[in-house]
Amino acid sequence: METLVKTDLTCYHCGEPCDDTLWKDDKSFCCYGCQTVYEILSSNDLCEYYDLEKNPGTQLRYVPEETYVFLDEKDIRKKILAFDSDTFSRVQFYVPAIHCVSCIWLLENLQKLEQGILRSEVNFVQKTVTIDFKPQAVALSSLAKLLAALGYAPKINLDSENKTKPSVAYDKSLLLKLSIAGFCFGNVMLFSFPEYLGLDQTDGKLMQIFSWLNILLSVPVFLYSDSDYMASAWKSFKQRQINIDVPIAVGLVALFLRSVWDIVTGFGPGYMDSFTGLVFFLLIGRWFQNKTYESLAFDRDFKSYFPLAVLRLKKQSDIGHEDWEPVVVYELKKGDQIKVRNMEIVPADSLLLDEKAFIDYSFVTGESKPVQVNKGELIYAGGKLIGQPVTLVVEKRTSQSHLTSLWNNDTFQKPEESKYKRLIDRAARRFTWVILGLSIVTAVYWYNTDPTQVWLIITSVLIVACPCALALTAPFTYGNMLRVFGRNKLYLKNADVIERMASVNAVVFDKTGTVTHGSEPEIEFTGELSDEELSWVSTLTGYSTHPLSKLIHKNILRRSSAFVAGFKEFPGKGIEGNLHGNFIRLGSAAFTGFHERLDDASSTVFVAINGEVRGYFSIRTAVRKNIQNMLGRLGDKCEAMLSGDSKADKVLMSTLFHPTAQLLFNQSPHDKLNYISNLQHAGKKVMMLGDGLNDSGALKQSDVGIAVTDDTGVFTPACDGILQGDQIGNLDRFLALAKSATTIVKAGFVLSFMYNAIALSFAISGHLTPLVAAILMPLSSISVVVFTTVAVNVVARRKLSDIPLG
Amino acid sequence: MSIIILLILISLSIAIIFLLIFYWSMKSGQYDDTYTPSVRMLFEEKSKKSSNQKLNKKQGVTK
Repeated sequence: METLVKTDLTCYHCGEPCDDTLWKDDKSFCCYGCQTVYEILSSNDLCEYYDLEKNPGTQLRYVPEETYVFLDEKDIRKKILAFDSDTFSRVQFYVPAIHCVSCIWLLENLQKLEQGILRSEVNFVQKTVTIDFKPQAVALSSLAKLLAALGYAPKINLDSENKTKPSVAYDKSLLLKLSIAGFCFGNVMLFSFPEYLGLDQTDGKLMQIFSWLNILLSVPVFLYSDSDYMASAWKSFKQRQINIDVPIAVGLVALFLRSVWDIVTGFGPGYMDSFTGLVFFLLIGRWFQNKTYESLAFDRDFKSYFPLAVLRLKKQSDIGHEDWEPVVVYELKKGDQIKVRNMEIVPADSLLLDEKAFIDYSFVTGESKPVQVNKGELIYAGGKLIGQPVTLVVEKRTSQSHLTSLWNNDTFQKPEESKYKRLIDRAARRFTWVILGLSIVTAVYWYNTDPTQVWLIITSVLIVACPCALALTAPFTYGNMLRVFGRNKLYLKNADVIERMASVNAVVFDKTGTVTHGSEPEIEFTGELSDEELSWVSTLTGYSTHPLSKLIHKNILRRSSAFVAGFKEFPGKGIEGNLHGNFIRLGSAAFTGFHERLDDASSTVFVAINGEVRGYFSIRTAVRKNIQNMLGRLGDKCEAMLSGDSKADKVLMSTLFHPTAQLLFNQSPHDKLNYISNLQHAGKKVMMLGDGLNDSGALKQSDVGIAVTDDTGVFTPACDGILQGDQIGNLDRFLALAKSATTIVKAGFVLSFMYNAIALSFAISGHLTPLVAAILMPLSSISVVVFTTVAVNVVARRKLSDIPLG
Repeated sequence: MSIIILLILISLSIAIIFLLIFYWSMKSGQYDDTYTPSVRMLFEEKSKKSSNQKLNKKQGVTK
């Protein structure tokens, strides 16, 4: 039978390239999963889904029936539901697959698919969907199952919910502080206009009313809006350290008290406009810097990798009748019998009860080839089962397993902040000493010339010394830089990471998933096969559960409808079968009758048709695009490559990496962590790039830990930043950009010091009138903001000119 | 003279009302998600769309 192959055929549902065997309503599909989703939607009149965006779907990942059954357990249900009563419940699911308008539309029309759903609402930014439903009509587990069936499998994490809330609350209080400061600043400005225009001589009484109103308006700013700065200054003062907030707080207090004094004694109009304006600008800076990627999580621990629940054999079951119940992973005890299905992760170190199983340890070790485990052998927690469901006996509780012992390392215990003294704080310390010295000199001078003026002059000096422009430099530079990085798909946890990135002088890579694609090895066929023969191979491999067969099957898009006769699998050798009277064998060289030697850098599968060897598939790990050029530009900054894999790829890797870079294989998670900390002891600032659970210790230990991922929706280990996999070729540019960010910050410092010098000369000579302050202070702040913003964008455009912005 | 004080009081209290409205809108979560509502308002009402959809389907079948 002939198969027509159109090369540009894509799946109507998900847009993946596909073969033309699956058709429905004149539309082609890549797999039954996609077709099923289409059928569900079309039978419910929900095809508008496909009109809003082209190919909006995501390819379905296989989700077994019972995956969500545990959600109906009372305790878990209670934790997950936001509201629960007999007739009405509300739940919020985190759905990382939400990515387009069609997703929003479909998820907000869920009530058309399931009668028990009352209303659903999507929050696109946080990638959550909130569902109101009738608990008596539809179970929580079937809601999750429905979402999964549509390709929007919810990620359920019992801890995450109370973690996300505080950050939102903080954000809100900042917004409120900002709005109050802005409101007061605007109104104080209005009441200060007469002063600017010199009206104070004509109507003194009115002026006094204005001044008192100014005090009234400044009080909320003083007491509430600037409270973060005051608290931080007080804290660092108590610890006998000087950070940037100390001189700011001193300046703000001096400004406010002096103004109140001036107004109350009738000496002058005070500086309330400058005071409220400064607080307003400072808060804008803070708000600008607080760019967060709400849908990304940077602080995961091992728990988010593990399944929440598994099936456990009920103890009191009768012999011959097996009764399985879902149970939360943390309640597993030694001796429990559990059942793990295809593609599920083994939750605890356990012994295999069945004959054999294939376990993919790529999560733990980085080794991408599945390992065969035989009856009675130990399977470590974190391994993913491939193939037939198996029964296991738990050896150790989840919290004590081989893998989780990594989290008991010191790295995960110590708080993060103390690690690094920020540039701005170092500048502030020097700045504060200079100001202190200057104030003393001025005080001595004025004490000798005109003692009545001393207090006025000193407060003036302190007012101008308030380093607001200095404090604005860093937030605006780093805030802008965060956005530039975000546009180029490097999502950083916060602005401080940029500063640490700038000081990096050693870069360490993980192999699988970082330098190479984690899940998609490159498959190449050497030899000659017709399209029809290829389709036979594909069909034949479809019968086998061996990982290599599965890979080949997945990578040949042609399918034949031919029936396989006499299929046989020879463990460790290969498979054979008859298609249309042709006897086909796939497997090792000896099995197929191939006798030449090949280099063993990659796995090979030979194909023989009717006893004649026609060629072989070589399966090698695919290196990410552009990575070679990037490594070349990085030069000897690239310190090492640490891989959990065997040495199979050593030749390939040594052609990629700089000759001075160390290539280490068979590294355990602990080895990686130790390697990083040794580098740090040698005085290096280390950046680590990795992707798996096996890198999490190293990522945490390094100065900058970047998780590399192809899909920001999937789990990444705890890290400082998340980098989209296809952007890894620009890593050197990102590092250079971070470096220029610190240069810009320093230039901004120079600029603001200049303003301070001018203002100080006014203050020391006793000429700082409220009018001068009202012009000079906002001017310095605004010019610093403009300078840093423009500089960052110019530098970014120049450095990243060859990357298309997406 | 006294009229200006009255005016100031009126303008200030109006400004404070706006501030309170802002506070309320923030507390009620209007700034939590700034993207979804902008898309949601463009979705068509179901009743109209479904009849179109059926027509399209029929055409697809006859083709």
